[in-house]
Amino acid sequence: MSMKFTADESAFRAEARQWLGENSPGRLPSMDTENGARAHRQWERTLAASRWSVVAWPEDLGGRDASLTEWVIFEEEYYRSGAPTRISQNGISLLAPILFQHGTADQQARYLQPMTDGSEVWAQAWSEPEAGSDLASIRSRASRDDERGGWILSGQKTWSSRAPWADRGFGLFRTDPQAERHRGLTYFLFPLDAEGVTVRPIGQLDGDAGFGEIFFDDVFVSDDDVLGAPGDGWRVAMSTAGNERGLSLRSPGRFCAAVDRLVALWNERDADSAATSGVVDSWIAAQAYRLYTWGTVENLSGGGDIGAYGSVNKLFWSQLDIGLHETALELLGPDAELRGEGAPADGAWADDYLFSLAGPIYAGTNEIQRNIVAERILGLPREIDARKKP
Amino acid sequence: MKFSLSAEQQDFAKSLDALLGDFDTVSASRAWARSDTGPGTDLWRKLAEAGVTGLLIPEDLGGVGGSHLDVAVAFERLGYHGAPGPWIESAVVVPLILANSDKPEILTDLSDGTQCASITEPDGSRALDSHVAANTFVVAGHRLYEGTPSKKLRSVDPVRTLFDVQAGTAIADLDPEIFTRAYDSAALACASSLIGAGERLLDDTVAYVVQRKQFGRVVGSYQAVKHALADVKVALDFARPLVIGAAHELSAQSAVASRDASAAKVAANKAAYRAARAALQLHGAVGYTMELDLSLWILRVQALVTAWGTTAHHRDRIATALTQEN
Ligand SMILES: Cc1cc2nc3c(=O)[nH]c(=O)nc-3n(C[C@H](O)[C@H](O)[C@H](O)COP(=O)(O)OP(=O)(O)OC[C@H]3O[C@@H](n4cnc5c(N)ncnc54)[C@H](O)[C@@H]3O)c2cc1C
Repeated sequence: MSMKFTADESAFRAEARQWLGENSPGRLPSMDTENGARAHRQWERTLAASRWSVVAWPEDLGGRDASLTEWVIFEEEYYRSGAPTRISQNGISLLAPILFQHGTADQQARYLQPMTDGSEVWAQAWSEPEAGSDLASIRSRASRDDERGGWILSGQKTWSSRAPWADRGFGLFRTDPQAERHRGLTYFLFPLDAEGVTVRPIGQLDGDAGFGEIFFDDVFVSDDDVLGAPGDGWRVAMSTAGNERGLSLRSPGRFCAAVDRLVALWNERDADSAATSGVVDSWIAAQAYRLYTWGTVENLSGGGDIGAYGSVNKLFWSQLDIGLHETALELLGPDAELRGEGAPADGAWADDYLFSLAGPIYAGTNEIQRNIVAERILGLPREIDARKKP
Repeated sequence: MKFSLSAEQQDFAKSLDALLGDFDTVSASRAWARSDTGPGTDLWRKLAEAGVTGLLIPEDLGGVGGSHLDVAVAFERLGYHGAPGPWIESAVVVPLILANSDKPEILTDLSDGTQCASITEPDGSRALDSHVAANTFVVAGHRLYEGTPSKKLRSVDPVRTLFDVQAGTAIADLDPEIFTRAYDSAALACASSLIGAGERLLDDTVAYVVQRKQFGRVVGSYQAVKHALADVKVALDFARPLVIGAAHELSAQSAVASRDASAAKVAANKAAYRAARAALQLHGAVGYTMELDLSLWILRVQALVTAWGTTAHHRDRIATALTQEN
């Protein structure tokens, strides 16, 4: 790539590559198992000890004050080294940006540092049994407890990733039932071992308890753990939704590394096979994603805003991820059925394929993302809302 | 790190939009299809004044001495507005090949727009729009020949007239590198034209579906329609960075330039084809008419998808590169 990196950026890349080369654990057992979660926390500690856990954060919080460009460089090197996806990602990429923006000094002091070394893993508690795509219809409630200076949470959340192994959760609760749907919501932070909280693990399609239900039975949360102003939860939360679909969760390094493995598999198995066009198209897509990201980085660094383009991005990466893994399975032929020990790559292809299938569902389904692209970017008319009286 | 277009390139795109937007490219194209090349030639001269014909011609031969990124910018606009004529051949391929031959004087006439040229694809036997070209060249092996157009062939796009061409006198033996680079550049310019055409198809279709009503609602409010168009948007937005990336590699004459130009062509082929299919489908029967101007872009895309390397051909080139890298 002839894109020019500065000397500092290149030095940063070299340093990251060297450290990861010496320290990357490669693939770890699934983080959605007890052993796996432990191994992943240990890896977070290792990252943090050498200040590679949150490179874009300020130095006094264990970061390196890295620029957006350097962050993407780090992600490229991270995944190139074969290192696993991060157990701390809900915290560092979904919650932390909001804490920096809306959190009180006290909240920042209490929560930022422990998420950098895996000592506090966070779960996102947004979805409810009756509120998936229509998130603003959530019913879990928080009522005022003036005496104790806080709120009482009640209700149920579901599909909360990592909840079975996590320490804390963040989520939206309805604090004003009278207010308009998007208004009366408040953003709360709470411990998952608080009195009145029950977490029930749910097995995922891949067999692991990667997500869970959370029941709230009169759980007390003090005012110190309201993030942003009461009633302002929707606005606060939406600043993370963009993150989730846009840059932060799906850095291109992941797909570039996966496609490198795919090309290696293809070279090793059968470079003349019918799967060749799938390999080439996956390689093209990963390359497109990488270049698109550099365009986004440049736009953001110049003060621009992603806006609804996070949805364009999400549609692309989720489809790229599935296509890439379908091609790998095609190359594996009958071996594609196998999982775990004895399977090709110890089942990594099968595991990653199953995980890719969730991509078009989480972080807002692809149907909803297409609506967003059509309405907010192309300017087509809004969906008719059945709840509104004609 | 600099990836996107410079302010000058953005201004260049805007000035071309203004020029092409003022010109009635649709009438010029329709006339061109009837063999009346007058209006198209007028447009050619105007674009020559704006520097488009001389982008890849060195300044000492009257050209602009521009970069491949400038080519990408210009051809996206040409594709968007549907300019007729052998643009890729005359403004990209021939200049890159002749710059290194002993016939550079032809380039002076190409750059100021007084002449245009056409050329076959490597080892191909057809050339585009030879009837307007002062010179048609033939590429066979690593040799460049004068060409003589003979039989006229019909393209799926009525605005493109193809000719069988016979090789005559050999003009030059050229370094294979030069042919490769010219071919890569053609693929890149073609990819840019396709993205431009795809954007035009998307814009025109959005404009149509927000006013066409069925069942008492504008059809653009139906989700099947919205989703089809959102998918077109995603495909086009992710093809463009490949074009820009490949343009950087070509300008740097990097080792991966061919691979990346091919990636740009494959992605642009797929994105533009998707745009054309969606545009046709969402216009309903009126989309299936010659009368509607939309047909110009639908058929242009169909032709450009196979020109300067089919999807399968460019996939093969990438596959070869990916085997060798390993
Ligand atoms: C692996 C995984 C991890 C997850 N992790 C979390 C997490 O950590 N925290 C959390 O809060 N949630 C999480 N989720 C939940 C996820 O956010 C929701 O599943 C998602 O928002 C969709 O909601 P739903 O499942 O209720 O589907 P529904 O909203 O019921 O949708 C069902 C189907 O209808 C379609 N549909 C719905 N409305 C429309 C419409 N207006 N137009 C067109 N189609 C429509 C959907 O696209 C979908 O295909 C996770 C989900 C998965 C699969």
